[in-house]
Amino acid sequence: MQLSFKKPAGRFARSLEDLHPGEEGVLDRLDLPKDVARRLMELGFLPGHRITRALAAPGGDPRVFRVDGSEIALRRETAARLRLRDQAAPASPGVSLSA
Amino acid sequence: MSECHGGPGGVASLEPSRDGSAARPHVIALVGPPNSGKSTLFNRLTGLRQKVANFPGVTVEQHTGRARVEADREVMLVDLPGVYSLEARSEDERVTRDVLYGEMPGVPRPDAVLLILDCTNLGRHLILAAPILSLRLPTLVILNMADDLASRGGKVDVPLLAAQLGAPVALISAFTGEGVDRVFQYIQGTAAGRIKIKAPLAELPILQDIPKCRTWAARIGEKAHYHAPAPPLWTRRLDSIFLHPLLGPVIFVVVVVAVFQTIFSGARPIMDGLQIAIQSTGAWLGSLLPEGLMKSLLVDGVWSGVGSVVVFLPQILLLFLFIGILEDSGYLARAALIADRTMRRFGLQGKSFIPLLSAYACAVPAIMATRTIENKRDRIATIMIAPFMTCSARLPVYTLIIAAFIRERPVLGPFLGSQSAALLSLYVLGFLAAVITARVLKSSVLKSGQEPFMLEMPPYRWPTLTSLGLRLVDRSLIFLKRAGTVILVVAVVLWCLANVPYHNGHPPKIEESAAGMIGHAIEPLIAPLGFNWKIGIGLISSLAAREVIIGTLGTIYGMEGTSQSVGLQQALHRELSLGGAVALLVFFAFAMQCMSTMAVVRRETGGLKWPIIQFSYMTVLAWGGGFLANHIIHAMSSGSGLQAFLRF
Repeated sequence: MQLSFKKPAGRFARSLEDLHPGEEGVLDRLDLPKDVARRLMELGFLPGHRITRALAAPGGDPRVFRVDGSEIALRRETAARLRLRDQAAPASPGVSLSA
Repeated sequence: MSECHGGPGGVASLEPSRDGSAARPHVIALVGPPNSGKSTLFNRLTGLRQKVANFPGVTVEQHTGRARVEADREVMLVDLPGVYSLEARSEDERVTRDVLYGEMPGVPRPDAVLLILDCTNLGRHLILAAPILSLRLPTLVILNMADDLASRGGKVDVPLLAAQLGAPVALISAFTGEGVDRVFQYIQGTAAGRIKIKAPLAELPILQDIPKCRTWAARIGEKAHYHAPAPPLWTRRLDSIFLHPLLGPVIFVVVVVAVFQTIFSGARPIMDGLQIAIQSTGAWLGSLLPEGLMKSLLVDGVWSGVGSVVVFLPQILLLFLFIGILEDSGYLARAALIADRTMRRFGLQGKSFIPLLSAYACAVPAIMATRTIENKRDRIATIMIAPFMTCSARLPVYTLIIAAFIRERPVLGPFLGSQSAALLSLYVLGFLAAVITARVLKSSVLKSGQEPFMLEMPPYRWPTLTSLGLRLVDRSLIFLKRAGTVILVVAVVLWCLANVPYHNGHPPKIEESAAGMIGHAIEPLIAPLGFNWKIGIGLISSLAAREVIIGTLGTIYGMEGTSQSVGLQQALHRELSLGGAVALLVFFAFAMQCMSTMAVVRRETGGLKWPIIQFSYMTVLAWGGGFLANHIIHAMSSGSGLQAFLRF
């Protein structure tokens, strides 16, 4: 499954790892093998979804993210592979997932 | 019966009981995503009428239970592993899929499905409804955590949702029991064949990939006027304390120390009391029975053998009580989060922490507690290293040998004596063996593929007595049944070895018994470690449980078999060199001398492969460690002042 809907992995694309506590971002794509990406999508990490950074373990790793009504902790190495949508670009239509 | 949608589940025959025979039980499968409260509901529905086994050929556990629907009618409930989809990528998903499609050998195809979803998180959990409803089996959609939904201001129109899904919907709380009668009614209905399948108003997604299913779920939710509840405020408040950068670790350490202290020292008086009770009942039983073989078998074999296992029950119950409270309250996930970074250094993950801590009390409940680790490789690695943690059965052996060979003198002023230092170093030795083994395993055979660490943080809630109680009873029954039966067999076998061949109606002296012969036979094997055949008999008997060696050595030397016994200490001191004594300590630190643990590992890993690997590895390590210890100490003590540490 190809999960990059837009431009290829830009060197400066922000990822979940870059979110500060309380900050929110829209997931763009999961730069991870298909199976792993699927597991994360099942937990709510879907392209187009809003994700909020919450607290973290002492030392900042793993970090907790609020996504689709629940809180999921990911290690930084995983969070860094979840790229965020460019904030300037408008959210793509058709993926309305508020529930 | 309605017409079928061309869902990927295909068109199945829909009679609730296809073959119509009364002999075939009515089977209902319980399906739901992880953290949907599935097990809590299962326990509520079946009470203690449940059975735990493994699905054939896999390590996935199969919980089946019976629920009484009428006075004389029962249905069989199968609790399937928690899954988000039926993609059959993981073992859990494959099992769930196979059972639901009727392709699991030994498990009849379910007649109906109970689909349990967390209604505070309906958008995400409804994703699973798409593949389940496509199966076209009679399905009750259970929306769990109704109490949470209401208290956080969320709502859902149940009749509308039922119409959208084409399946009856029950809003319940498995924790409080609210609405569970509705589930019972449904089970009665399917058992009586009264449930018909309706077509869903909303067409099921044809291509069931996750984004599509999620969009479908959102649309259904909208049409059923679903309002997601407000964020759990109390959980956020509590998290700001429990996950505070400074306060969090402090609370974590306090919790860990409290748990450790309670299972270690708190259980001691109860265990001592139980020990005395078992011994005096044994003596009383002995006084009732006529002198002879039967009495010896029952009292010395069966009663004391089984008693040596039952003694650990208070500790195990306390441990499970704590784990239950930690898990049900939601703190366990926070503890795993905090521990993750440290555990990662050993190639493990946060969820391994609590099981490994528990292993300091007893490896058996620890291995059972690894069920909270979803990642199979991490779970196996944790199971493999848990027996290295210094469990309480090693303690009497350590105490005896240390008291016999190491003279008490200050090492660190008044804080640490040499005997405590020796004990402490044995704890460290076990821990190091565990850590190194974990690293080796995780960088070789159990290398975690690409499965990253993902941990859901559930909202905090009060644990309920029913849920804690059911779990305690469930786990202690498993422990007593599985470990108890193995111990019983081993105890009887060991008793026989010690009592044959019979001479003129008298049991043989221990050195002439079959056990003695085995001791002599293995002497060449253990001589390099500095052990003689008597220690050999002790080692063999301690295969049942570590502390049994004390009783055996007591019998051999004709002494009272307690670690406090000065007589036994002196006898050991005569038998063993200092090198041999240290080798014995090292041997006990590494060896897998516990039938209960092996039985549990076999059960939890679903086969003989891992217990055999574990036993061989630990035995080789124990022999090697003992060999090195014996020779190093021997070389050192022949020249140096090490003799000063000798007691006598």
